[in-house]
Amino acid sequence: MFELDRPLSPHLQIYRWYLTMALSILHRASGLVMAVGLFLLTWWLTALARGPEAFATVRAAIDNPLGGLVLFGFTLATFYHMANGVRHLLWDLGYGLDKDEAHRSGLVVLAFVGLATLLVWVVILVFPGAR
Amino acid sequence: MIATGRSEIARLKALGSAKSGAEHWWRQRVTAVANLPLVIWFVVSAVSLSGASYEEVRAWLGGLFNATMMVLLVISVFWHARLGVQVVLEDYVHARGLRLAALVGLDFLVVALAVSCLLAILQVSLGS
Repeated sequence: MFELDRPLSPHLQIYRWYLTMALSILHRASGLVMAVGLFLLTWWLTALARGPEAFATVRAAIDNPLGGLVLFGFTLATFYHMANGVRHLLWDLGYGLDKDEAHRSGLVVLAFVGLATLLVWVVILVFPGAR
Repeated sequence: MIATGRSEIARLKALGSAKSGAEHWWRQRVTAVANLPLVIWFVVSAVSLSGASYEEVRAWLGGLFNATMMVLLVISVFWHARLGVQVVLEDYVHARGLRLAALVGLDFLVVALAVSCLLAILQVSLGS
């Protein structure tokens, strides 16, 4: 094993975590989660085209506590990536790049994710007759 | 003239070290903006369809507006996902052969899934 005779630049674990750092990596993570979710979207659409039996199979897979938990995760990832994506687009336009502004917009994103996810699942679980 | 290590024609085309200019970055933003109304429509629809029967869901997707929105969503979302996952692979898969295989595999997979979705929507729309 060869050793480097020079100081190494500090790596990730050296730094104290800031909200902006955590939200940054969460954007990628939530994007990957949704990319995996595209398998479910494809399965759902193709089953709908194939017929009632295929569709019932998809329903059986998601209409249970574990499936509900997965859908809940997709809801969180979707709202997070959506809200944080808007934050990124605003940065691209030059707005909110100040350190404190970036921290605050991060809190706004988290608040939105919490409220929107809560709203969706209250409508689904508490008011099933609302549709 | 400043020496950039690039040929004059490459500099003129402004394609940079990525060889494709800002195309990837730009398409990611354009699809992101398109995804915004499409995904909001999808979430609202999915909530309103929770507990719906097979016939109800089929009737919903059979409508021209919903079918159009779903086609647009599939194109924009799969495109956006492809661009995003591509960057993740480029960042974390370092072995050259494996990276090439992963990137080609990603494109094949994305096209296969997206075409499956589009044909499914078409089939439901045509009611066959």
